[in-house]
Amino acid sequence: MKAEYAEMLRDTLPHVWCAGCGNGIVLGAFIRAFKNTGMERDKTVVVSGIGCSGRISQYLDFDTVHTTHGRALAFATGIKLANPSLNVVVFMGDGDAVAIGGNHFIHACRRNIDITAVIINNSIYGMTGGQTAPTTPEGRRTKTSPYGNPESPFDISKLAITAGATYVARFTSYHTRWLEKAIAEAMLHKGFSVVEAITGCPTHWKMKPYEILRLQKEKFVRSSIESVEEIRPEDIGIFKREVKQEFCEKVHKILRN
Amino acid sequence: MTKELIQGNEAAVRGAINAGCNFFAGYPITPSSEIAHGMAELLPKFNGVFVQMEDEIASISAAIGASMAGAKAMTATSGPGFSLMQESIGYAAITETPVIIYNVMRVGPSTGIPTAPSQGDVMQARYGSHGDYPIIVLSPATVEDMYHLTVEAFELAHKFSSPVTVLSDEIIGHMRESVTLPELGERIELPESENIIGIGRRMHRTGLAHNEHGLPTTDFKEYEGLIKRLFAKFDSFKPKVKVENGDADVIFIAYGSSYRSARRAVKILIGKGVDAGILKLETLFPFPEKEVRKISKKAERVIVPEMNMGQILREVERVCCCDVVGVSFFGSLIIPEVLAKKVEEML
Repeated sequence: MKAEYAEMLRDTLPHVWCAGCGNGIVLGAFIRAFKNTGMERDKTVVVSGIGCSGRISQYLDFDTVHTTHGRALAFATGIKLANPSLNVVVFMGDGDAVAIGGNHFIHACRRNIDITAVIINNSIYGMTGGQTAPTTPEGRRTKTSPYGNPESPFDISKLAITAGATYVARFTSYHTRWLEKAIAEAMLHKGFSVVEAITGCPTHWKMKPYEILRLQKEKFVRSSIESVEEIRPEDIGIFKREVKQEFCEKVHKILRN
Repeated sequence: MTKELIQGNEAAVRGAINAGCNFFAGYPITPSSEIAHGMAELLPKFNGVFVQMEDEIASISAAIGASMAGAKAMTATSGPGFSLMQESIGYAAITETPVIIYNVMRVGPSTGIPTAPSQGDVMQARYGSHGDYPIIVLSPATVEDMYHLTVEAFELAHKFSSPVTVLSDEIIGHMRESVTLPELGERIELPESENIIGIGRRMHRTGLAHNEHGLPTTDFKEYEGLIKRLFAKFDSFKPKVKVENGDADVIFIAYGSSYRSARRAVKILIGKGVDAGILKLETLFPFPEKEVRKISKKAERVIVPEMNMGQILREVERVCCCDVVGVSFFGSLIIPEVLAKKVEEML
């Protein structure tokens, strides 16, 4: 393994992810992004939820908190409010962030608390065996939608924008350099930042990893759309950058006065 | 210290602030809301953070997160909110994170009667989260207790690195009593934790079973070691009880607002020539087994009045050597004369 990654990782290999999983690509992008931010490692805390993505925290050699399913942002809110000098990054899966954790997600967006949420969206529940997620496309067959998913999926980025997040970007595990740049930019952004990282699940999608990457390459298009209504599921890019007073600053201003 | 008329929930707020509480996350629910009101007003004046979260799950999760980052953290709720918090209480137990959970009990199950008093959450406070875990549960019976047991809750949470639940009830929370308490701001210094985020420890915290390095394990021997160590931490724990007329034939064992009624019932019975005494449980869990067993050795009968179908009764029955009788009341404070009459009829 390259030394640049090894120094950021704990000696906890082998990891739990399947061959071809996108989580490792996102983890790699985070490590490179973190180094580019110039942030202090011992002033940075990595928080995660439950699911395949939740395991990221145990591999990173940081202060790390592996929380309960869906509540990572609520734990992170407490951490950040108690010590606003910490950089807080939260890794969640799509089910973690917008199904069981949907309430915490929209409220973190609304508060504009200075936390970076990296949501790894593979549009399925992987760890539990391939069930329908709130991001699963309509009609898709999964273990819990054997006749096709009858529900409409969330667009996580659009949800984040309308709920009040002040930095929102979406890239894929194919577009790793853009993803890396977006994570770095999100971490340096003052306010609630969301990076949606589209991945695939070779195991439950029953696709080869290279087929997933090819799909991402062919399907997704970089756009510079600024109107939330116009964002299509296949659009990737940085959708929102807004300068707005951050939550902890407002709370701690009350303390100073 | 001067005498003042103060509400139970307000006394809890003062106790928390004097114990160094500097983080409160909560969600409105009667009859605990006055704790949130007091915290919202006073915490900023004591360099602390108040945040109203989107629900009770978020509230306790934020409190645990804040505690991990070095804050003295607390949340307060009542029945329905306490149910929502259970998963995270187990998380605090297995990650050994100090956090105070105030449950001002109301009638349940579900929405119950908002907001009549009850003691229906006793077993939930002990066993509410899934899996094996130890927890400290304290029970205030007076406005003064609301202050002192809150201070004690913070001391114990930080001494044992554990969640501590203060199980109050609507009567104690909403009652006003004339009491003499330490002034707001007479702070008690608790030792700072060295096991926090942001000081270069680079530690992992997880709700997964973990080894001594904090990293996940699926080895059942390591899991057994973890669970046994969690329980063994409380070997040195000293539960608190208060005894009056401990040598009596008829002993009441009570806690919370039931204790107040039972204490008066004891006086009524003594007036009628009954040899009666009382043991007040200030600690519900770890259950004061030795203290209860000891008093039952001399007694002929132990009476357990509760505002539920008989919850602490089971614990009392488990350790007593004498006849144990539960007396249940529902949805309203126990009238001492009624309790005394019921007991008199049994004798």
